[in-house]
This record gives sequence, structure tokens and C-alpha cells, in this order.
Amino acid sequence: MSIATPPPYAGIMTARPRLLSRAFPRRLAPLLLLPLGACNWVVMSPAGDVAVQQRDLIIISTLLMLLIILPVMATTIWFAWRYREKAQAKDYDPDWDHSTSLELLIWSAPLLIIIALGAITWTSTHLLDPYRPIERIDHERKVDPAAKRLQVEVVALDWKWLFIYPELGIATVNELAAPVDQPIEFKITSATLMNSFFVPALAGQIYAMPGMQTVLHAVANKPGNFEGFSANYSGAGFSNMRFRFKAMDQAGFDKWVAQVKSSNAKLDRATYVKLEQPSEKVPPMYFAGVEPKLFHAAVNMCAQPGKRCMDEVMMTDMHGGAGKESAHDTEGLRHDGTIDVGGYHPVEPGKKGEIAQPSGMTPAAQRTPAERGNQAPGQKDADGHAGGHHGHEGM
Amino acid sequence: MSPHPASENSGIWKLIFGRLDWSAVPVHEPIVMGTFVAVVIGGVAILGIVTKYRLWGWLWRDWFTTVDHKRIGIMYMILGLIMFLRGFADAIMMRLQQAWAFNGSEGYLNAHHYDQIFTAHGVIMIFFVAMPMITGIMNYMVPLQIGARDVSFPFLNNFSFWMTTAGAVITMMSLFVGEFARTGWLAYPPLSGIAYSPGVGVDYYIWGLQIAGIGTLLSGVNLIATIVKMRAPGMSMMKLPIFVWTSLCSNILIVAAFPVLTAVLALLSLDRYVGTAFFTNDMGGNPMMYVNLIWIWGHPEVYILILPLFGVFSEVTSTFSSKRLFGYSSMVYATVVIAILSYLVWLHHFFTMGSGASVNSFFGITTMVISIPTGAKLFNWLFTMYRGRIRFELPMMWTVAFMLTFVVGGMTGVLLAVPPADFVLHNSLFLIAHFHNVIIGGVLFGLFAAINYWWPKAFGFKLETKWGKRSFWLWVVGFWVAFMPLYVLGLMGVTRRMRVFDDPSLQIWFQIAALGAVMIAAGIACMFIQFAVSIMNRDKLRDTTGDPWDGRTLEWATSSPPPDYNFAFTPVIHDGDAWADMKKRGYQRPVSGFEPIHMPSNTGTGVILAGLSVAFGVGMIWYMWWLAGLSFIGILAVAIGHTFNYKRDFYIPEDVVESTEGERTRSLAMQG
Repeated sequence: MSIATPPPYAGIMTARPRLLSRAFPRRLAPLLLLPLGACNWVVMSPAGDVAVQQRDLIIISTLLMLLIILPVMATTIWFAWRYREKAQAKDYDPDWDHSTSLELLIWSAPLLIIIALGAITWTSTHLLDPYRPIERIDHERKVDPAAKRLQVEVVALDWKWLFIYPELGIATVNELAAPVDQPIEFKITSATLMNSFFVPALAGQIYAMPGMQTVLHAVANKPGNFEGFSANYSGAGFSNMRFRFKAMDQAGFDKWVAQVKSSNAKLDRATYVKLEQPSEKVPPMYFAGVEPKLFHAAVNMCAQPGKRCMDEVMMTDMHGGAGKESAHDTEGLRHDGTIDVGGYHPVEPGKKGEIAQPSGMTPAAQRTPAERGNQAPGQKDADGHAGGHHGHEGM
Repeated sequence: MSPHPASENSGIWKLIFGRLDWSAVPVHEPIVMGTFVAVVIGGVAILGIVTKYRLWGWLWRDWFTTVDHKRIGIMYMILGLIMFLRGFADAIMMRLQQAWAFNGSEGYLNAHHYDQIFTAHGVIMIFFVAMPMITGIMNYMVPLQIGARDVSFPFLNNFSFWMTTAGAVITMMSLFVGEFARTGWLAYPPLSGIAYSPGVGVDYYIWGLQIAGIGTLLSGVNLIATIVKMRAPGMSMMKLPIFVWTSLCSNILIVAAFPVLTAVLALLSLDRYVGTAFFTNDMGGNPMMYVNLIWIWGHPEVYILILPLFGVFSEVTSTFSSKRLFGYSSMVYATVVIAILSYLVWLHHFFTMGSGASVNSFFGITTMVISIPTGAKLFNWLFTMYRGRIRFELPMMWTVAFMLTFVVGGMTGVLLAVPPADFVLHNSLFLIAHFHNVIIGGVLFGLFAAINYWWPKAFGFKLETKWGKRSFWLWVVGFWVAFMPLYVLGLMGVTRRMRVFDDPSLQIWFQIAALGAVMIAAGIACMFIQFAVSIMNRDKLRDTTGDPWDGRTLEWATSSPPPDYNFAFTPVIHDGDAWADMKKRGYQRPVSGFEPIHMPSNTGTGVILAGLSVAFGVGMIWYMWWLAGLSFIGILAVAIGHTFNYKRDFYIPEDVVESTEGERTRSLAMQG
């Protein structure tokens, strides 16, 4: 670790010069952001309208609170100085301990700030509710009610992200793309552990939870290649559970879709079940086809053979259950342990590049560059149990 | 733990040692092994010294078995300080890893080790540093401030301390035998479930906390009973010293919140041990119920920690401003309001779970509302300083540093309470910076103020100021250098618990933060030097008055350190600042008419029960069922046996009281 090396972000400083021009508090934002205008403070200079509004909210709330914080800090220093013992202040009064008007002030001043902030909170929480379809593309343009939202289904796997585009019939791993200015609707779940789906440049995060579906509405306004990741710790491979979010113009997106479609891999159940097994630093993968209702199976934890879908189980339960004879038939309701996260052994420090791979996946080192983009897992795998892992597929 | 072929273990080995085998000793981890060797050498040295100077009897009689709230308080502080060193070692290892692991480097910690470190850091700092230290301060000061001779249940107090220590022992054991949880400090399922954490780590976590939790809960009950039932005559609730008020609210929170933790950990244990499905993905379990339940304990917990320190700051500000506390009743109501509201905000820890907008706004707004009474408190300290004569001794310096630091942490906290803002800041390093800002700036600075303030009461001499000031400046500056970069990193979209990084532009901020951590390390070193130098120069720093700061509350009315019985005569209270009032009225110490004083007897039962609890915990963790069973039976037998112990009390004879008090009379007369 050497602190003396020149800051390595020097090159990035010029990368996004127009970050601050959009926001609502036009006059205030540049002032507040002055020290960070040069760097990549992505939360403060995002590329999607939802994140921009969230940024503005941070700024407004901070300014509102500074109204009271700064005077308090100044008064603290002032009183500490003025009433220090040496100063022998003339108005020393050891028994002065009450003043109704001051009491009114010290309770009402914070109260007023909180009333203002509370009102902002109530409205912004509703307007920026991730479940609420967005109504504007940016601060100038409304969403055309007739336009379709891009549907993306997100499955957090150990430790990589699967994106399914149900309308386009394609899927990718660790690479997400969307055209700018088109509203996106994410439906999010997780295969095993709790994660959080977060693209700071695009919009706030929302948890990805097993057996549950969350929703996030967002829109990208600027083309670019942004970072996405899991923002909730999920075990050994968490640090490398990262993906790229590519915002591009419509032509670029169409080209990207065509590129994905040119892959010869298809994402069927069997492939998905292999993909579910733990792995780290997985390079992007493209799938030209996706088995229908795969996301539905992921949410309902029935992608693996022999598992019963939660929605059907709940339906059965609502109709009074499947009777006594079903009490011992629980194998279809067991999901934990089918993916061997606990026995997973991640890469050791000092050994660069060598990545522990789960059974059924080509080790990263053996992948040729051509395969990296579009190779379905398992296709090149000979023994099926590389890396000493014993998954329990089909249990 | 690496998977071990079961065939190597014969049936009889398994029967005796459960899943414990030689693979549990982390010989392949040089850092852990180095620590282990150092601990063994240090431990042998300490045992050797204790044996050589024949201190075992003294330790056992005067300390381990004591039921004196003052000695128990000191033991809590020692426990907290020792565990603080472990927790801080974890912290600095994390800082080093994060400053290092860039540009393809994996740093020096693998995921298995690193993930244990951040879990252990959180668990230890909250449960085994902050909790013992606030309990220690309350234990020592509450009975003195209300003019009592001990707590309501002296044996329970000893037992509570040893149970907390037993939890700490179990947690520390995981460093050398097996592993600790790799789940984050709250052990969210499904990750903490048996399927995803099959090793002993989560079991260490569960039993460490469950056993320590018994101690915490019982000590809460004890202090509530003490405050409610044992106040000196004349001390109505609105004449309680403010520290006692904040302690009361904190202990009420303990009694109301810790059972939730116990219950939720018990449910998790059932999932792990007997295959229930409360928090699993299996069989319709729901991990999010755990998240709700643990935060229903977790949020009140942070107020449990901070409230007593708010009391300390109030006492310190008033004493060192030589002035009554401004707005006493306003302070009391603010404390009570904070205590109540702390139960209505837990959901703000997971706005991102996807609750509806109305639910999120409700919890966001209740969170903000807490800042109103907190703000009122801050103003009250300000107006206590106003028109005062402020002596900038160390406790007051820590208080001013707290006021300037805590407001920033409070502000970022309210910011995080705005749900849409939380969506981009949740789980980021901004959040880490926020809660360290309030926990270091509030709880730790408060503990340092309290230690410097009350040390002369506990030991009869002041702490020296040169090393104290060095520690102060290194800590305060070190804190800002260590945590401001984390705010920045949070705004750069960096999330918590990361082990390696891609983006090289982040590295400089982590390096600055590591520098801050080094400054804090120097501050900690200065603090221990301060203790050592003060002990060596104790004769020069001696305070014979019992009231070195011109104090205002009852603990300053007695000698330093106070006699076993605290007060020869129970004081009668006429004013909130009881001792200031007594001094003003020209109070004369009674020098005759002493009577025998009824006191509780020491007992070793607490140590024995805690020892058996450690054995029980180890049995449960390693699946040594015979050990768990036997030690559980042992616990019941000893506990029931103790109820037949009728030698529970004794009288300090009149002549002993008279000679103790006579000595103090002479020493007071000598200084005129």
C-alpha cells in the first residue's frame, strides 16, 4: 500500500463533465457539489432520472438539516469559548436552569424542520416508490402512456446476476443492457440467499429475496457503461458479484440484442440448474433463447426437477390442503442444501485468477475469449464434477 | 472449516467430541496462529504472575465472588476494555484489507477469514464492548447516585457479570477452535441457516449471544428494581440525577428488547438444530421475519447504548459548567420519548425490502421524530454551558467533541431515514460512516468522558491529563480521518462488507481511512499509557476530598473509593443536585452514632454457573450432547442448590464503620 502514488482517478476526472447540469436545485447543486464535481461520485451524479431525483432529495434534506445543524455547531463553539472559566463571564449564574421561551424554541425549531422534512418524505416516498411505474423520463419529458416498458427479470444467483428479457426471449449473465429514455420494469428475485439489486447510476436498490419478487421501475437517461452489484452481503463470493449495466441508444440496443441472439446457447431448466451452482467472477454470458416461465419457476423455487412451485402449494393450502397423505411428501418443498454454498471454497489470496468453479461449469481459465461471451455453462464440461464440489442437483 | 472426511472419525470420537476434530484448529491461518501463540504466552505470563505473588485468593475473595456493585462495575469495564482491543484489531485488519485489495490483488485475507472478521467486529463491539462498559458505568454509579448501599439483587449482579463474560469467552474461543459466523453481525438467514452456514460459526454466534443475553437481561431487571425501590428518602422521581433517569430508560429498553433477541435466536437455533422451518427457504419459511424480529431488538439496542451516555454528558456539562443542568424536566421527557419512539422505527433498517410507500414513510417519519427530543437534549447541554464557568477538564473536552461530532452523525441518520435517499445509501459505506459517527462520537466519547470523570471516584486519584489529551486529540482527529472517507465512498456507490475492489479510483479513500484507523490506534495506546502513568503517579494525583470536580450529585458525597457500604448514613434528599444542595446548606459529616450495616455476602455461585454455561455452549456448538446435557443439569442443580444457601448476609460491625469513617474524618481534616 503506498499512499504517495498519484491519485489513480486522475483519468476519470474528465470522464463525466456534464453531471450536474440537470438537477432540480440548479443553483444549489453546483455549489454543494463543487468539491466532487471532478470525481466519480456516482450517487451524486447518476445517469438515470430516478437516481437523479434521489440525489436531489439527499441534497434538499441535507440543506434543510444544515439550517439547524450549522447554528448548533457554531453556538457550541461560541458558548464553549465565551463561557470558559478563564473568561470569567459576567453573566455567570449557577442557578439559572429554566426559561420557558428557550424551551419553546428548542423543541419547536427541530419540530419545524422535521415537519418540513416529514412532508418531503411522505411525498417523495410515494412518488419514488420502486413499485410505482415512472411517469417522467426526466425533468422535462413525460412518459408516453402508450409506450411499452422494457421488461427485465432479474435472478440473483450465487454469485452472479441472471437477466431475462421475457419479451425478447433472451437472457444474459452479469451484463444488463437497456436503451436510454425507455422506462424499464425490473422484476427481481433470488435463487438462494438474500441480495440487493443495485445500479447506483440508474436507481436505488431493492432486495432480491428467495421465494419473493420485488419490483423496480427506472429509466436511464445517458448512454454509458455503469457498474451494478449486490448491495447485501451474501457469503463468500459477494465481493465479486458484480455486473455491467450498459445504457445505449435504440440502434445500439438492437445491435446488442442481435448479438445476444447470435449466441448458440439456450437457457433451459437444465442449464439454469447448473448455472445456479456457486461461482465467482463469472464473465458475461449470452443466451439466445430462454425457456418460458423460467423466472416464474425461480420466484416459486421450482426450477429444479421435482420441486413444487410455491404458488401452487399456496393455492392448494388455500383450498384446504392436500390432505393427510401429503404430510410426508415434503421433498418437493425442500430448497436449502440443493445449492452447496456452505461448502464453497473461494479463491485464496495470492493466487490470482484461479477461480473455484462449481460442478458443471467451465473453469474461467479454460475459457477461450470467444467462449467468454456466449458459452452456456456445462457445454464444455467433461466430468461434471470439476473443483471438488458436490452439488445435489435433482435431489 | 474445511470439510473433513467423516470416515476419519470413529464412532467413539464422534460420541465424545461431536464434530470437533483437529481440522478445527486453524493451523493454516498464520495470522490466527500468531495471535494464538501471543495469547498463550501472555496468558501463561499472567497466570505465572498471579501464582507467584499468591494473588489467587485475593482475586477469588475480593473480585470474582464479590457482590459489591462497585467491584462488579470495575470488572465490567475491564471486560469491555479487553474485548475492545480484540474488536479494534478486527477493525484495523479490515481497514488494511480494504486499502490493499485493489488492482487484482486479493489483499491478505481470504473470504473465509475476512467474513469472520467483520462479523466478529460488529458482534464484539456491540455486545462485548459497548454493553459491558455501559453496564459497568451504570453498575458503579447508579447505587451511589441514589444513595443506596448496593443494587437490589447483589448476587444476581455478580451472576449477570459472569454470564456476560461467559458469552465473551465463547466468542473468543471461536478464534482458535473452529470459526466464527461469516454472516454479518446480525446473522440474517437464509445465509445463517444450516444449509448455507453448516459450520460451527453461527452456533458460536448464537450461544455466545444467548448466554451473554441472560446476563444483560438480568442486570436490566436488577437496575430497574434498584432505581425504583432503593432511592434515598426524599429522592422523588423528578429529583433523580439525570444519569439515573437515562439509565432507568435504558434498562427498561433492555428488559423489553432483549427477550425479542433471545426469542429470534432461539427460533434460528430450532431451524439449525432440529430442522424447523421458521426462517428457511424450505417448507414455506420466511427469512424476512427474522430481519423484522432482530431489528425490533436491534433498534432499541442503539438507544440502550446511547441513553446512559446522554446522562453522562448531562452530568459532565453541568458539573464542569459549575451550574445546574438547564431544562431538567425537558431532559427527562426527552429521554422517555426517545425510549418509547425507539420501538417504532425498526423498519428503517430495511426500507429496501419492498414494503409499500405508506409503510416506509411511516417508519421514516417516526425515525425523524426521534431527532426532535434528541435535538432538545443538545440544546439543553448548550444552554447548560450558557452563563456557566466551563472548566475544560478531559470529561468536558470529550463532551464538546461529542456535541460537534454527534450532530453530524445525527444529520446523516435523518438523511438515511428518508426512504428514497436510503435506497441509494442503504448498506453503503455511507451507512457505516453514519453509525460509527454516532456510536464512536456518542457512545465511545461518552464512555471516555465517563471514565475520566468517575475514575477518581473509583480509585481515589485523578487520571493525568497529558496522555489523556494526546489520546483525546488522536481519537477525535483519527475518527474524522477514518470515517469521512467512508461517507465519500458511500456517495461513490461503494457497498459494505466488500473484500476486493475493481475501481482503482477508490483506493486513495481507503488509504486515508486506514490512516485514520492508525491514528485511532495511537489514541488507544495513549489511553492505556494514560492509565499506566496515572497508576504509577497515583500519590501525586491523589484526591482525598472525595469530590475532586466540585460535583453536584451524591456519589461525590462519600469517600473515593467509597467504603463497601457506600454511605455510613443514608442521605436525605431535598434537591435534584443533592450534593450541591448539601454543600450549599453547609452540610456537616456525622462523625458519631454509627450503627452496624447490613451487607450481602460474597458467593462463588455466579462464577460456577457461568463456567457451566460455557461448557453447555461448547457442548451445543460442537454437538457434544453429553457435555451439553450434563452441564445443563449442573446449571439447574447449582442454581437450585444456591437457594438453600442461607449465609447470604452479614453485618459490618459498628466499630469497623466507626474506624473507616474516622479515618476519612482525619484525612478530610488534614487538608483543612
